[in-house]
Amino acid sequence: METTAAAQTAAGAGAEAAAKAHPQLLRFATAGSVDDGKSTLIGRLLYDAKSLHADTIEQVESASRSRGDGTLDLALLTDGLRAEREQGITIDVAYRHFATPRRRFIIADTPGHAQYTRNMVTGASTADLAIVLVDAREGMLTQSRRHAAIAGLLGIPRIVLAVNKMDLVDWDGDVFRRICGDFRGWASRLDVEELACIPISALKGDNVVERSANLDWYGGPTLLQYLEEAPVAAGLSGGPMRLPVQWVVRAPELEHRGYAGQLASGTVHVGDEVVVLPAGTTSRVTAVDAPAGSVDAAGAPLSVAVRLADELDVARGALICRAGEEPLSSREVEATLCWLGEAQSQPRGRYLLKHTTSTVRAVLDTIHHTLEVEKLTERGGAESLTRNEIGRVVLRTSDPLFFDRYVDNRTTGSFILIDEATNETVGAGMIDGGR
Amino acid sequence: MLAVPSHLQVLEAEAIHVMREVAAELETPVLLFSGGKDSIVLLRLAEKAFRPGPFPFPVMHIDTGHNFPEAIEFRDRRVEELGERLIVASVQESIDKGRVREETGPRASRNRLQTVTLLDAIEAHGFDAAFGGARRDEERARAKERIFSFRDDFGQWDPRRQRAELWSLYNGRVRRGEHVRVFPISNWTELDVWEYILGEGLEVPPLYTAHEREVFERDGMLYAVSDFMERLEGEEPFTESVRYRTVGDMSCTGAVRSTAATLEAVVAEIAATRVTERGETRADDRVSEAAMEDRKREGYF
Repeated sequence: METTAAAQTAAGAGAEAAAKAHPQLLRFATAGSVDDGKSTLIGRLLYDAKSLHADTIEQVESASRSRGDGTLDLALLTDGLRAEREQGITIDVAYRHFATPRRRFIIADTPGHAQYTRNMVTGASTADLAIVLVDAREGMLTQSRRHAAIAGLLGIPRIVLAVNKMDLVDWDGDVFRRICGDFRGWASRLDVEELACIPISALKGDNVVERSANLDWYGGPTLLQYLEEAPVAAGLSGGPMRLPVQWVVRAPELEHRGYAGQLASGTVHVGDEVVVLPAGTTSRVTAVDAPAGSVDAAGAPLSVAVRLADELDVARGALICRAGEEPLSSREVEATLCWLGEAQSQPRGRYLLKHTTSTVRAVLDTIHHTLEVEKLTERGGAESLTRNEIGRVVLRTSDPLFFDRYVDNRTTGSFILIDEATNETVGAGMIDGGR
Repeated sequence: MLAVPSHLQVLEAEAIHVMREVAAELETPVLLFSGGKDSIVLLRLAEKAFRPGPFPFPVMHIDTGHNFPEAIEFRDRRVEELGERLIVASVQESIDKGRVREETGPRASRNRLQTVTLLDAIEAHGFDAAFGGARRDEERARAKERIFSFRDDFGQWDPRRQRAELWSLYNGRVRRGEHVRVFPISNWTELDVWEYILGEGLEVPPLYTAHEREVFERDGMLYAVSDFMERLEGEEPFTESVRYRTVGDMSCTGAVRSTAATLEAVVAEIAATRVTERGETRADDRVSEAAMEDRKREGYF
């Protein structure tokens, strides 16, 4: 029988607690403005899922009292920084954690203002699912479209439109169906596996965790049910094997040499015939060292180290894959680039490009067009990208990149650009293909 | 295809990836180890990332001089077992050299002074990265902090100028004098940490399980009777069965009443608890709504 890393950990000595509950991890992003009730929604999820501790609730109660509005302001749970509390706005992505008996959740809570697109992109980059919040009285706004479009662009497979404040439209099913129809019609152009619409009231708690009697015309899942049942990206162990080498584990006295990295996709087995790029040399896997010890096979997203039959020159930046499953390769790539830098991009600007574990030099050669995300249309003729703009570009690199298209692999298909003068991360790119 | 890994396996994989990135991309990292549960997990993750090779960094403790003796004993033993190098940076030395001034009075604490000792040690050793065991679920300013948290020449954290952090692509580039604080277990909760400790069979200092201790009560918290704390009038010592949820200074870490004598029992209690670890046992966070944010801006852990 094949021993897998997963099975070994579960069977580890004293791992009773971990084995008994074997919950999976779901990462999701939430987008929407303060007015849509996003902070209230997150507060409601944490509160009703009983993930809040008494002292945290007390803190919020005392802050709610000092503001004098009498009710428990769940939004106060999510404002982390002094300036945010003082100005009543959300500045930065915040990460929050909660669990139900079935799942562990990480929420990337992203601010909704247009100027904070970079935060949405950041939060969305690792998410399995996005919740876009709209106010039932307003329906889809420019901003909601923008959020859904970015979620689609970042390759999030599932988008949930949470139609909030249903209490303020008298729980009217027609209002919900109209907004949902709008959304589906527009979003069909996005490359998203699954769209869902859920009517809720975050303030009153309807259909967030508890099923709502006010919304009895709605037969679908509550928001939490949906979150508990959606597939997670941790199931990446299918597909071609990709192991970007981060580090070489050396113990000369043991003649040990392990090529360590986090599997970006696929499963590596002892006995696999592999190719090491960029050298193109081949060898055979003789051992797979997983966190739980030596195993016969380990799948993404585990961090592993593999040992090979031959002594090869394998350094950080190399990519190990199975023979016959090599990725694409090019010194010129077409990419969708979101500009994050404070200063706009320079025409033919030079940057450092970090892709998996290798960093190369890159020139921003051409900007084909910029994207008006809320309309899903293109605008040609841009010389540069300013902060929060998204463009379709061509980049030339000093060394070849070994990559997959972003739609096929979010790890081997993504990169960041770094400005060498300031060390700032100025761009986030998704590779559409080579040239 | 293999079974979908558990949340702990995914969190572990992320943490190991982060540690290897730092080792590969920065010149002189250091791992901050206090003998507490979070940094105990960091040491285990470092073993998983780098064994059978040596750790590509030393281990450093900021010793306030007010630590629990059990934590110090454990620290020395654990680092020796691992065969790694331990650096101890001492707050007492900072005081003796006049770098900081000791607070006085019954509510004096060396908590804030640690920041100076830490920054001095980072500078003296030329460290450009420091691993810490902080988690985002601990406190709301931390919920906003990146895994790679950039610090300027003064060790300061500026929440409005954080680097964008996307996918698993970290930007740890620093200039001379700057450094990054790196938090590999950012996305873990207190319960995740305990389940991991149980699953891995890790040893923790005896402070974490229930034991009899001479304590006194102040502001609703139980403090150990020690040479480091003056008692106010009416603060009578008594013996109680207690355990600690966090291990900081004796002068600012409170104990909780408990009879949970095994780690399994501790985990069961924590899973059922209704109060956060910092709210229950850390006086240093009770100063104001933004106590942690302010200290972090100054260069605190």
